[in-house]
Amino acid sequence: MITLDGVVRRYGERVALDGVSVRVEEGQTLVVFGPNGAGKTTLLNVLAGLLRPHAGTAAVLGAELPRESWKLRGKVGLLAHEPLLYRELTPRENLRFQARLHGVDEARVAVVLDAVGMGARADDPVSELSRGMVQRVAAARAVLHDPPLLLLDEPWAGLDPAAVELLEPVVGRGSGKTRVVVTHDVAGGLREADTTLGLKAGVAAPVGDEAAIRDLYR
Amino acid sequence: MIGTAVAILRKDLRVEVRTRESVPAMVLFSVTVFVLFHFGLDRDSLEGDLATGVIWVTLLLAGLLGINRLYIAERDQGGFTVMRLAPIDLTALWLAKAAALFLYMVVLEVLALPVFDLLLLGPGLDGALPELLPILLLANVGLAAVGALVSALAIETRARDLIVPLLLLPLLVPVIIAAAQATEPLLAAGQSPDDLAKWLGFLALYDVVFVLVSVAVFDFLLDD
Repeated sequence: MITLDGVVRRYGERVALDGVSVRVEEGQTLVVFGPNGAGKTTLLNVLAGLLRPHAGTAAVLGAELPRESWKLRGKVGLLAHEPLLYRELTPRENLRFQARLHGVDEARVAVVLDAVGMGARADDPVSELSRGMVQRVAAARAVLHDPPLLLLDEPWAGLDPAAVELLEPVVGRGSGKTRVVVTHDVAGGLREADTTLGLKAGVAAPVGDEAAIRDLYR
Repeated sequence: MIGTAVAILRKDLRVEVRTRESVPAMVLFSVTVFVLFHFGLDRDSLEGDLATGVIWVTLLLAGLLGINRLYIAERDQGGFTVMRLAPIDLTALWLAKAAALFLYMVVLEVLALPVFDLLLLGPGLDGALPELLPILLLANVGLAAVGALVSALAIETRARDLIVPLLLLPLLVPVIIAAAQATEPLLAAGQSPDDLAKWLGFLALYDVVFVLVSVAVFDFLLDD
């Protein structure tokens, strides 16, 4: 499902990913730990086909990157730092727009909004929603087209415990999807993980246990 | 691609209606410039080449305001990412932005030209309208095609406000020449627009060339 071998990604002179290798099987969850600036978001963007790897080989959902990154379009659900929602539009309008881009039946919009508990606020502008509500709508956006691969950057950020529980079947392990989750929540991340990857300054670091993960942040 | 472009255009128009960030600024700018010319030239009426120059330069500079803001929501609110993740031909984004800019220009002209007529124009617009209309429409298409392309080129740069006019204005010189040459006899008393067909043909050719260039290169602009 995902195979990275020696992937390098640079921004000018700065190396953001330096020879990262990882393998994730279908239906498994890879949890990525690492301090700020370690390259975690860059890794997600490479996996989404948004950034080209500059060296190494990368295959995601059968697409060789970057040559076949177009094959990934419509198959990845990205829950990023930014909600990727238009603030002036309502959640329903945002998701209807997404549905048209992905060729999804608009009836699914109401289904996913209800699934994240936003049916009652679906017609308020996104700019008037709280951070947690925006995160819930962003989760609905990420799964609207039922992608086989979810790339989740701090998916529980800003959510209260009830919302975390609500989103579990949507973007959590209960979704049954292949997932790559970036988080600083060590205990929560380990509960989600089938495989772990530590990143420090773009380099993969061994994270066999909780103590090793906490060492990454020192 | 057309269906996707329509969806993006509808989204853009909805956002513009709610934020009123582009069109009101373009109209207000044009009216202000007409007032400035009215007092700066100390004349109650203009005609011929002077009236033509004031109209076209004002419309072009007002258009720049809209062009600068065309992709702001896509950059600031993640629209580029959303579209690059979707199974769409990204040229639809250019088409939607060009269509939005075309509509902004039409609204601008519907509102600003009567003000120009009232404040500055000697011969009056009424008689010139049938010939002026195709000139405006063809010039708008050219401006929209090139504007949507250049704005996308500049959107990720820090000096976007400088780069857009520096790249765009030279590219639009042929539009201004053709539109002004076609318009000038319409705003001059006693002149007949003999060369109108020639200049309309020139504008149409410019439009075709830049639409084709934009369609050919736009997809690559959004690549990493």
